[in-house]
Amino acid sequence: MSDLTIPERAFLSLKWLGLQEARQGNREPLARAVIGVLVVATLAIMLASLATGPIAVPVLELLPHVPAYFLSALEGAPEGVTLRDWIVVMEIRLPRVVLGALVGAALAVSGAVMQGLFRNPLADPGIIGVSAGAGFGAALFIVLGNAALAPLMALFGIYAVPLAAFAGGLITTLLLYRIGTRSGITSVATLLLAGIALGALTGAMTGLLVYVADDQQLRDLQFWGLGSLAGSNWDKVLSAAPIILAMLLGVPFLSRGLNALTLGEAAAAHVGIRVQRLKNISILLVAAATGASVAVSGGIGFVGIVVPHLLRLTMGPDHRYLLPASALLGACLLIAADTLARTIVAPAEMPIGIITAFAGAPFFLWILLRRRGLTGL
Amino acid sequence: MTVRKRNHICSLTAALALTAAAMLAPSRPILAEPARGQDASRVVAIGGSVTEIVFALGEQDRLIARDTTSTYPAQAAALPDVGYIRALSPEGVLSVDPDLILMLDGSGPQETVDVLKKSGIAIAGVPEDFSSAGIVHKVRTVGEALGVSDKAEPLALKLEADLAAARSEAEGQAAGTRVLFILSTKGGRILASGSGTAADGILKLAGATNAVADFTGYKQLSDEAILSAAPDVVLMMDRGGDHGAGAEELFSHPALAQTPAGKNKRLIKMGGQYLLGFGPRTAEAIRDLAQQLAAIRS
Repeated sequence: MSDLTIPERAFLSLKWLGLQEARQGNREPLARAVIGVLVVATLAIMLASLATGPIAVPVLELLPHVPAYFLSALEGAPEGVTLRDWIVVMEIRLPRVVLGALVGAALAVSGAVMQGLFRNPLADPGIIGVSAGAGFGAALFIVLGNAALAPLMALFGIYAVPLAAFAGGLITTLLLYRIGTRSGITSVATLLLAGIALGALTGAMTGLLVYVADDQQLRDLQFWGLGSLAGSNWDKVLSAAPIILAMLLGVPFLSRGLNALTLGEAAAAHVGIRVQRLKNISILLVAAATGASVAVSGGIGFVGIVVPHLLRLTMGPDHRYLLPASALLGACLLIAADTLARTIVAPAEMPIGIITAFAGAPFFLWILLRRRGLTGL
Repeated sequence: MTVRKRNHICSLTAALALTAAAMLAPSRPILAEPARGQDASRVVAIGGSVTEIVFALGEQDRLIARDTTSTYPAQAAALPDVGYIRALSPEGVLSVDPDLILMLDGSGPQETVDVLKKSGIAIAGVPEDFSSAGIVHKVRTVGEALGVSDKAEPLALKLEADLAAARSEAEGQAAGTRVLFILSTKGGRILASGSGTAADGILKLAGATNAVADFTGYKQLSDEAILSAAPDVVLMMDRGGDHGAGAEELFSHPALAQTPAGKNKRLIKMGGQYLLGFGPRTAEAIRDLAQQLAAIRS
């Protein structure tokens, strides 16, 4: 590099930033840079969230002791740390941040995959009723888990509710896909409308459960309907993490297929993509991750639509980059929203769904106005 | 190495690390046995009646915080508020640095209670039962938790006698009066309390009849259910928001208007915590309610 002139170096840095190539249509370097920035941002936001709350805790002093906690080498608080501070970070804030990251990543990636699959920027598990289906599955177990469904509850333990949510999400997605697709072509208008109908139907079935629920279950249902990460603990992390991580691990293998699919199903098949298999796996993964997220945090909306959109605007639609970047930005945004949710009305809390809807709904409208032509409605 | 492969490896490593972290996270108790907390000097009271009992015992100097439902007496309302009894945030409670938490039945959510238990703070559960015996039991429980059973016993006996007196006075005054307790009228929908609720309990103590005792808990009433309940009087909590509908507005409801209560515009409003708290003021509330019912009937 030393024999280069200053303008040449400047040109190279620009190129590294992807600006030059972006103009020529190649946004890969930019995408890589965005992912790099997002990795740093995610870590920074996690740390900031750990340090934020009604109680001032010296988080940086606690961090070196964290591995010992997980390796079970530690009884009580480590030396020099009060038990209260330790509990606040390890039992309240850390599980919440981890769960927020998992759920945010799952929701954003689900949105990105669905949008790729349906070739439409408006597809999102929340909008087309998949979350409502998952919600019904979870509500069924919240309300009947100790009665009619007790044997299943005993069999699956903490995984019963996420699995039920998964089943609910999967059935809804499959139904939607069946209804929306005719002779291999997915009609977006049909899909969205069918989504509304299915959402209303599953919402009504959840509503029926209200009449058999007791007061405590009603409170759980209501709380959970608005979406919230309150009450996060390691049990919830454990119940959702395997499913969400399996999905996050699986989706990178879909990116080539999803990229090819943007050309249309016939074209994708011609370049060697097994389209039906791609669709099946995508639907399975999205339903699983949406189900697990809904089970632990309720109906948190708009993450799946806002995140992939913001990213497509900056780094282009290449799924190889879009999917990991969506996971990171989803995690960032959800942790940030949750930190707001638990601080603005402290010591009480606000459901996080309120915050994501406040931020997401106007954004959704903006997309509609901006890309009216794309929706085909 | 292609970009794709590298991406796979990156996400694989990240995910594995996260899985490992999640799998290793144990949810074990940190302190085995919490202290008894009888000499606690930093007490948080969760539940309006619990707070009232602490004041009635003269132990209010040990209180440092309360929940949103604890608004009586006025000094209690001046204490820091750690949130609503059913939606407590663990960090909100821990932030006042308590050494004893008095928790009325139904405090939660469960996750919050679990974390608070782990933090080694003494937690005393106070059982809730919507009866005279329940109130007396509450007083004894709170007294024991605070280590002042010697003060609690006389208070418990006094309340027991007072409640019995109030009930015998009320007897006959309100007998056979069908009372519909309406929790809220939000959006024109009547949310009423069936059996097993605090409202049902106070109606029993005052010798009146709950007009909708055929279901448990709080339920929305259809117009026909309201008509068949045929209440003589409507009872509501006296406070703002959707609870605050006036008699005119309330009885403009098409179904309520056709009931005996609606035709005669009979509405009684009483303070929520006073009426439904089941604490030291309940004997007074019984007399108050019975007198108002008697006055309305004559």
